[in-house]
Amino acid sequence: MNSEITQWDRFLASFFDLQIMRKYLPDIIDGFLLTCHLAIFIVISGLALGLLLAVIRAYEFWLTSWLIAVFADVMRALPPLVFILLLYFGLPGVGLNLSGYAATYVTLTLVLAAFSEEIFRAGILATPKGQWEAARSTGLSFGQSLAYVIMPQAIRMTVPPLTNRTIAIAKNTALGTVVGVGEILNQATTGQSFSGNASPLVLGAMAYLILFIPVVIFGRWVETRFAWRRA
Amino acid sequence: MSDLPILDVQGLHKSYGKLEVLKGVDLSVRERELVFIIGPSGSGKSTLLRCCNRLEESNGGAVIFDGVDITAKSANINAIRQKIGMVFQSFNLYPHMSAEGNVALALRKVLKRPKAEAIERARKALHRVGLSDKAENYPNQLSGGQQQRVAIARALALEPKMVLFDEPTSALDPELVGSVLEVMRGLRESGMTMLVVSHEMRFAREAADRVVFMDEGHIVEEGPPDQVFGDPKMPRTRDFVSRINH
Repeated sequence: MNSEITQWDRFLASFFDLQIMRKYLPDIIDGFLLTCHLAIFIVISGLALGLLLAVIRAYEFWLTSWLIAVFADVMRALPPLVFILLLYFGLPGVGLNLSGYAATYVTLTLVLAAFSEEIFRAGILATPKGQWEAARSTGLSFGQSLAYVIMPQAIRMTVPPLTNRTIAIAKNTALGTVVGVGEILNQATTGQSFSGNASPLVLGAMAYLILFIPVVIFGRWVETRFAWRRA
Repeated sequence: MSDLPILDVQGLHKSYGKLEVLKGVDLSVRERELVFIIGPSGSGKSTLLRCCNRLEESNGGAVIFDGVDITAKSANINAIRQKIGMVFQSFNLYPHMSAEGNVALALRKVLKRPKAEAIERARKALHRVGLSDKAENYPNQLSGGQQQRVAIARALALEPKMVLFDEPTSALDPELVGSVLEVMRGLRESGMTMLVVSHEMRFAREAADRVVFMDEGHIVEEGPPDQVFGDPKMPRTRDFVSRINH
C-alpha cells in the first residue's frame, strides 16, 4: 500500500509537476502560436496550389498533366520528414539556406498540394458528364463550365476527404522540431530535457488537443453540412 | 413556313473506333419546322442530334447551321451553341443552383448580361414553361417534369434559332410526360424550329411536320407523319411502325 502511493506520487511528479508546468507554460504558448500560424499558412497555400494543379490538369494538355501526375505521386510517396531534411541540410550545398520554418512550410505545402490535387481531380471526374454537356450546350467555354458548373459540385463532394487529409498534414508541423522550428513539440522536448521531467511534454500534448480538437469537430460538422443530396 | 434550311446535315459520318454509328446522313431542317427522328435504339438518332451542336465530333461530312459549317475547326462553337438550344433526357440541371440560377447562368456568363437583366429574362423563360412559382426552388425540390421544363427554359432563355431535344420525356414518369409535351406544343405554335429524338409517337403524329426514320446509321425514310406512320414505303420502316403501333 505504502509503495503504491509512492509510485502514484512518482507518476504525478514526473508527468504533472505543476511547478515545472508553470515554468515552461510561456514556452509552450510560444510554440502553440507558431504551430498555429505555420499550420494556417500550410493549409491555405497547400489547398490553393492543389486546386490550381487540379484545374490545370483538367485541361488535359499531355505535358502539364504528366508533370502534375509525377509531382503528385512523388510527394505522396515520400515521407515528409525526408523532404524536410533534404531541403534543410541539402540546399545549403547549392548555396541556398532555408530556415527550418521555411523547409517545413515548403514541404508540407507541397505534400498537401499533392494530396488535395488528387482529391479535387477525383471530384472533377466524379461530376456527371451531363453537367459538362449542359453547360457547353449553352455556349459556356470549357473554363467557364469548369468554374461555374463543375468545380462547385466537385469541391462539395471532396470536402470530407479533404478535411481529413488537411488535419493529418497540419499535425505534421511537429516534424519541424528536427530542424529546430520552435513549434509545440520542440518547446516541449526542450523543456523536458532542461527539467529532466515529462511534464512539459504533457503540456505540449494538451496544447495539441486544444488546437486540433476544435478542428476535428469542425471537420465533422463540415462533413454533415456538405453531405447533400444530388438531384 | 419558310423554305430556308436553318440546318443542313451533309453526308455525316461518325465512328467510335471500329463501330460506325452514322454512315453518311443527309438531313435538312427548315425554319419553324418540327422534325421528329424515330428509330430503334442504336440506330444513331441521338448521335446525329449530338453532332448538330458538336457535343460529338463527326468524322466526315458537314453540318451547316445558319450558313456556317460548325464542324470546321475555325468555327466559333461557343457562339454557335448560343443559337442552338439543347434539352437532354436526364435534364442535367445544375444541382447547386436554383431554377432561376440554372436559366440565368449562360445569360450572365455567355451573353454578359447584368445580373438584374439576366434574372428578369430567366423569370420570363420560366414563366413561359409554366414555372413562375418555382424560380427559387433547387432541382432536388422539383419533380422530373418540372426539372425538364426548367431545362427547356434554360435552352430558351438564350433565344436560340433551333432547339434539339434528346429523348426529353424518356426519363419521366408517365403522368409527368404531358406537362413537357404541352410546353413543346406551345413552342411549336410560337414557331420555334425543333429537332426531336423521341419515342412519343402520338405526339409525333399530332405535332411533327416531318418524321425521319433511322436504322443502322442511315436515314431509311422520311416524310409527313401520316405517310411514315400510316403508309410507310420501306420494309424496315413498316416493320418498326407495326411494332410500335401494335
